[in-house]
Amino acid sequence: MSLSERGPNTVAFIPFVVAGDPDQDTTLKMIDLLIEEGADLIELGVPFSDALADGPVIQFASEKAASTTSLDDVLKLVKRAREKHAGFRFVLFTYVNPILRMGEEEFAARASEAGVYAVLVVDLPPDESVVYRECMAKVNVKTVFLASPTTSLERFDPIARDSTAFVYYVSRAGVTGVQEKMSSTLSVEVKRLRERTDKPIAVGFGISNGGLAREVAQIADGVVVGSAFVKILEQGATLAALDQVRVLAREIRTATRNHS
Amino acid sequence: MSSVNRVGYFGSYGGRFAPETLMGPLIELEAFYSRMKRDAQFQAEYLDLLKTFVGRKTPLTLASRLTEVCGGAKIFLKREDLAHTGAHKINNAVGQILLARRMGKKRIIAETGAGQHGVATATVAAKFGLECVVYMGKVDIERQAQNVQRMNLLGARVVPVTSGTQTLKDAVSEAMRDWVTHYQESYYLLGSALGPHPYPEMVRDFQRVIGIEAREQILEAAGRLPDELIACVGGGSNSIGLFHPFLADTQVKMTGVEAGGRSSKPGEHAARFEGGSVGVLQGTQSFILQDQNGQILNTHSISAGLDYAAIGPEHAFLREIKRANYVSIRDHEALQAFRELARLEGIIPALESSHAVAYAMKRAAELQPDQIILVNLSGRGDKDLNTVLQQGASS
Ligand SMILES: Cc1ncc(COP(=O)(O)O)c(C=O)c1O
Repeated sequence: MSLSERGPNTVAFIPFVVAGDPDQDTTLKMIDLLIEEGADLIELGVPFSDALADGPVIQFASEKAASTTSLDDVLKLVKRAREKHAGFRFVLFTYVNPILRMGEEEFAARASEAGVYAVLVVDLPPDESVVYRECMAKVNVKTVFLASPTTSLERFDPIARDSTAFVYYVSRAGVTGVQEKMSSTLSVEVKRLRERTDKPIAVGFGISNGGLAREVAQIADGVVVGSAFVKILEQGATLAALDQVRVLAREIRTATRNHS
Repeated sequence: MSSVNRVGYFGSYGGRFAPETLMGPLIELEAFYSRMKRDAQFQAEYLDLLKTFVGRKTPLTLASRLTEVCGGAKIFLKREDLAHTGAHKINNAVGQILLARRMGKKRIIAETGAGQHGVATATVAAKFGLECVVYMGKVDIERQAQNVQRMNLLGARVVPVTSGTQTLKDAVSEAMRDWVTHYQESYYLLGSALGPHPYPEMVRDFQRVIGIEAREQILEAAGRLPDELIACVGGGSNSIGLFHPFLADTQVKMTGVEAGGRSSKPGEHAARFEGGSVGVLQGTQSFILQDQNGQILNTHSISAGLDYAAIGPEHAFLREIKRANYVSIRDHEALQAFRELARLEGIIPALESSHAVAYAMKRAAELQPDQIILVNLSGRGDKDLNTVLQQGASS
């Protein structure tokens, strides 16, 4: 199953942006720019005050944005972006508490109404997600669950089954953040999971440049790049920063296209 | 949020809301602990260390002058301040370090608020020759400087946490980030009855010794059970340790005391039941302090150990079934109790424990002289002298 809609030889390019970092206008600009540069899906991070699965780059961006941008605001952002980019697939990346606060049913309805494609709740493993999955299924918003190097094969089966959009494989045991090279066991790990599921597998965590993206594209259906983009915005949403975002996006797009 | 298999739940509270990368290590820990819980040799080793290293059992002291001043119920103090390192935290540290050793882990990670859990962990790590890293919020490093020096002397590395509120909550997140990255060689020695399953249950089990001893001691001293138990509640470990062995004694009332801080305004206290609502923080579902968007609120307490935005899930359950009730005590009331206990009983309590003492003083006055209150004096106050003296200067 292909995640990219650009043909069978293209691996999906999935950039990650913290919504509201440093402000919501910038997020809309980033969305335009990334779609222009060929993103297949965009992951929008819902800001949270206590992002314990994230490394310093996303953690600080998330903490800052949390004071200006709520889950409600992120849903509105998706709705606005989809007015311009009809049919584009947005994936929300969030911690569970903002969803619980809104109410799972309410959240599912609002996500569907906003046109959200799928949702990944980083601290909600399938074990705890029965009600959430029911709510999402009812309104046809897809789900993404994480698998990682610490996931046993017995755990992987329900993760794959419960992921209705794709499985997100965490490339290493650790938090989000850029790294110099990928884990040497990554391709073996992903191959082993392939034998157990037909669902697309996107790989993320630590992919920060074209070289690493090319390497991951050999084995994955999607390549998620997060901290590397978020880090560029640390200097503020200047024209120079947005240019750097464009350069990196092109590099990754090129690296993920035409794989066989 | 409900689940089919209700593993790790107390009613609808608790659970295991962890990133997938931590699920494997948590499940492994759960399985290992449930084996050790039934392992006679493990339990014997734990009890032996409590006796020969921690100095248990800790005494039960009748606070006779305090009782007299309050003019009501008799007040007994369970003296966790006399345990090695000066607080109840060592009971749990001893239990978990034995687990870590048997799991073959070489590196111990801990978070700390007041520094008492950090000191306890550094102590047991030193005793068994294990590397120890303690995460501590920058604000807490400043207000509990003496404990930082103790940890350094014990050979631990104290890492300042500068994110978020720079207190206990942020130290927990940082410790979890470390664990997720180094889980193969590292053991996360969590210090309170919170976090994802199996921690709330495991920490409770290692703290039950407080209640088990106290129950025997009060029967011996007074010939009957107390009318009320009172303990302060940060994450909830000293309180659940005292309460749990009395759960079946339905005539014994149980009261947990949260930090009322400066006022009931959001951000100025850590009273999760009064000012909070149900949510998920750091792996567990319980009462938390949050805003209308589900962001975690800032907290404040004069005592670093009570300054936390979530309460242990078993307390949420005990409150729901009305087995325990929860109140709060303001900063200034705790400070006053701190001074009173020093002056009247010759005991300098931790500021955390002073919250329990303050409530016990109010409560004793409402009860009759033939009634009994048993207060958990969870720790000693040497670490808090700076804070208290500064308050004295400014008031
Ligand atoms: C002396 C003392 N009492 C109480 C607490 C609060 O923790 P808990 O509620 O887990 O007992 C602390 C925490 O640091 C402490 O040091």
